[in-house]
Amino acid sequence: MMRQVFSKPEKLVVYKNEFFHEIDNLGINSLPIIAIISFFMGAVITIQAAFGFTSPWVPIYAIGFTARDSMVLEFSPTMVSLILAGKVGSNIASEIGTMRVTEQIDALEIMGVNSKAFLILPKVLACVLINPFLIIMSMFLGILGGFIMGVFTHVVTAYKYIYGIQYQFNSFNITYALIKTVVFAFIISSVSAYQGYYTEGGALEVGRSSTKAVVYCSILILVFNFLLTQLLLA
Amino acid sequence: MIELRNINKHFGERHITKDFSCKFEQGKTNLIIGESGSGKTVLLKCMVGLTNVDSGEVLYDGQDFLKMSIKEKQNLRKEMGMLFQGGALFDSKTVEENVTFPLSMFTEMTVEEKAERANFCLSRVNLKNVNNLYPSEISGGMKKRVAIARAIANSPKYLFCDEPNSGLDPKTSILIDKLIKEITLEFNITTVVITHDMNSVMEIGDKVVFICNQQKWWEGTNENILHSDNKELGDFIYVSKFLKELRDKQP
Repeated sequence: MMRQVFSKPEKLVVYKNEFFHEIDNLGINSLPIIAIISFFMGAVITIQAAFGFTSPWVPIYAIGFTARDSMVLEFSPTMVSLILAGKVGSNIASEIGTMRVTEQIDALEIMGVNSKAFLILPKVLACVLINPFLIIMSMFLGILGGFIMGVFTHVVTAYKYIYGIQYQFNSFNITYALIKTVVFAFIISSVSAYQGYYTEGGALEVGRSSTKAVVYCSILILVFNFLLTQLLLA
Repeated sequence: MIELRNINKHFGERHITKDFSCKFEQGKTNLIIGESGSGKTVLLKCMVGLTNVDSGEVLYDGQDFLKMSIKEKQNLRKEMGMLFQGGALFDSKTVEENVTFPLSMFTEMTVEEKAERANFCLSRVNLKNVNNLYPSEISGGMKKRVAIARAIANSPKYLFCDEPNSGLDPKTSILIDKLIKEITLEFNITTVVITHDMNSVMEIGDKVVFICNQQKWWEGTNENILHSDNKELGDFIYVSKFLKELRDKQP
């Protein structure tokens, strides 16, 4: 299937338009939910860190340090990808699945269009390209949420928090997070598209395909999270 | 011309077609009729390659479609238009985008030329001022007509229609039938229509093929179908008491 997905497009202009449509549909439309979740998750991590660090031996700036590393290493790339697996994955599977059961994919095939490439390639490329931006935004908003809520609830001063997020900063952590994000984006888009494309039956099966897409994507994300962490950080 | 030779298809233990052979001529509306579940749609899907056949040959002007590579099939399909039972219009595209889609994919037409062609095709199916509407905003009959407009947009050599007037009122059904007939004559295309509507048979059936017991049971024109002495065909046509009485009154 993947060989046909990555075969030469019939008309580049049409694929380009589809690609930008998918950037908007799968990426830009996911911004609000990711922004809200990341902001509050950063705030909660900060308050929880402050609550846990009761020993006088642990410096206060460790709160900022913890918030930064939690967001960069795990929450933004993995947890947000899991959230995207639910939102984007089900969207892709149900959209393509509905096209399958309403014969829209057959209509594409009859016109001589490579339906696999036309439907899946723009989605995969859009996800792989836009998800890293979403994750970077999630990191920023998570750390910002921790700052605002930490200062607002007086668990940390602005100076100590900013010092903490700069303390022992390792730029490879960002690279590691982005590598994970790209792999997860590919998993989300390709697995969901596969589930949708091979839907058979009616509306009930479209729902099942959508559920299966989310479950398989989530499991694969967790497995690859472990493998990539072992490969890149161990 | 399309020729089917000894087409066999079965799903598991269930046979759909057995040694089906037939010729569909250019410039004629060829109708395949039969009861629901007799395998008409599967046969049509076998003809266009949406379903694989178990054995047999599908010849398009002498070229065996089943032996073609994926690329060759895609090239041949650019000469096909198909009207699906539910229309199969792209939900996310407007009526005009649906009609111009094959043109965008396979021609170098400008936006203005595509719009002009879309307007021509839509006017050909008696639709006006619907260009910017989405499929969810138009009626079932209009969807069918948009699907016909999309099917003829790229000037196909072969037109396939799967129950074009199912779910439509008699007036709209006849309108769709007439459209198919006119388009077939106007563009000299090979049209194959799947139906179980006798009005369609009498209206546009240049050639009629009756499927029964997974086989080609009868073949003829709409002029001689009513006088056929084939029992199964008679049972299919004269299903109501009214029609049976009408037949008995015939000289």
